[in-house]
Amino acid sequence: MNKILIIARKEFLTFFDSLIAYIMLVAFLGFSGFFTWLYGMDIFLRNQADLQAFFAIAYWTLFFFIPALTMKMLAEENKTGTIELLLTKAVTDWQVILGKFFSCLALVGLALALSLPYYITVWKLGPIDHSAVWCGYLGLLLMSATYVSIGLFASSITSNQIVAFLLALFIGMFFHIIFDVMANNFSGIIGETFSYLSVSSHYESISRGVIDTKDLVYFLSIIFAGLILSEISLSKRNVTD
Amino acid sequence: MDIVVENLTKKYGPQRAVDNISFRINTGEVLGFLGPNGAGKTTTMKIIACYMAANEGKVKVGDFTIGENTEDIKKCIGYLPENNPLYYDMPVIDYLEFVAMLQGVEKTKVQGRIREMVGICGLNPEKHKKIGELSKGYRQRVGLAQAMIHDPKILILDEPTTGLDPNQIVEIRNLIREIGKEKTVVLSTHILPEVEATCNRILIINKGKIVADGSSASLRKQAQGQEILKVRIEDENDKNIIFQCLKSLDNVAVVDFISASENVFEVQSKPGLSSRRAIFELCVKNKWVLTELSFVETRLEDIFRNLTMN
Repeated sequence: MNKILIIARKEFLTFFDSLIAYIMLVAFLGFSGFFTWLYGMDIFLRNQADLQAFFAIAYWTLFFFIPALTMKMLAEENKTGTIELLLTKAVTDWQVILGKFFSCLALVGLALALSLPYYITVWKLGPIDHSAVWCGYLGLLLMSATYVSIGLFASSITSNQIVAFLLALFIGMFFHIIFDVMANNFSGIIGETFSYLSVSSHYESISRGVIDTKDLVYFLSIIFAGLILSEISLSKRNVTD
Repeated sequence: MDIVVENLTKKYGPQRAVDNISFRINTGEVLGFLGPNGAGKTTTMKIIACYMAANEGKVKVGDFTIGENTEDIKKCIGYLPENNPLYYDMPVIDYLEFVAMLQGVEKTKVQGRIREMVGICGLNPEKHKKIGELSKGYRQRVGLAQAMIHDPKILILDEPTTGLDPNQIVEIRNLIREIGKEKTVVLSTHILPEVEATCNRILIINKGKIVADGSSASLRKQAQGQEILKVRIEDENDKNIIFQCLKSLDNVAVVDFISASENVFEVQSKPGLSSRRAIFELCVKNKWVLTELSFVETRLEDIFRNLTMN
């Protein structure tokens, strides 16, 4: 556990050493702030004291920003060979994967925490449904964790960061929108299956304020699948036929 | 801590990078790994450093076996991989701290260890920079510092002196010799004089198999069955007379001119015999002056070439 924390802390600080963190935070808050307050279906147009406008835009900005965070996680280490240095230290493959996972999640968490002033502002403007807001944040965090684990897997199977980025987007695209579109085109059991696989249906139900175990199980199982696949891909150097 | 390698085999597809090798390294030995490119040096070191698993065979480090007690082994090994990969975005001190924590150095001792390593590896003037801003030599020092930060019982260094200037090379060699007195050191290199300068045992591998094992002196002895002498004789105008006289000595097998104009000869004795006394007596008898009589040592380069070229 301690080792996971050490790795996560190092990765988290590296985000700030290499400017990625600042760019990510500024871009995330800039984009979502712009669309929440100034343009399109913004809060004033909705004329309701809620953060649905923010959650709708964060749903998309995080989708694009997370692969940019995860793409270097293992791909760069594979390329420069630092992975060899890291794995010959007294750590297990799992500790490395989990450390990197939590560091990305922590940065996303920080970005979301910095958007809390939006919440406070709206709260001052009118009667806000607090539990719906917190559920919305929980939904965003779960969704982020899902894409972080997918991104880690994409990063673990290549040594090229661009490939890792595009692959993470490609896989994410299915969960983010394609399954949803398919669900609308099919009826019956097939439609229900696609609907169950789609992130958006689970995210929406959570951000409406309904925390169902079905949704939690869905997110957690994708997260675990991504992490397990990353671990397998990392440990395949040990495979002997 | 001893390292025992038994029947180690590693295959990359159909290619056998390491082919059924066995050896033992004792505490206090500095073992030099030699071999041409692709001989399996790096692969063997990676396996001992617990980076990848072997197809067959067993590696024991002290009482631990790789694959069973991997975590315990990793703690007692300091490893410097080939090409010295480092996190270029990280400042030197932060990086050393990260490694020290990962290797389980006690929290109260971390700062002390970092100071010590910075001192030993001569990193003081550069310690606040990011690793990416350092020159190659300083990066190499960072690599060595991170390998030694937790005071490991075993050091595995893959080409530790590449990129260093001659002064630094001497420093690092002295350092390795110093460490080697109480620890087990395995290093690989292409620079043959380096092996002679630092290692007390040499292991030459070729195509995944061990072809020689021993100290540089014993390797020389093996390679060189007969005594070869360099002889310089003056005060005789006709070099052919000297040549004939040398050849007629009982113990001499072959005589060759090294430099005809200066009367320098190479004299090879018959196996197991020495012709030094006979040459001296020959000179006394003919009133020649013997100005040079020395052994021609087989160079490590020649031994290496003989063993690894087919």
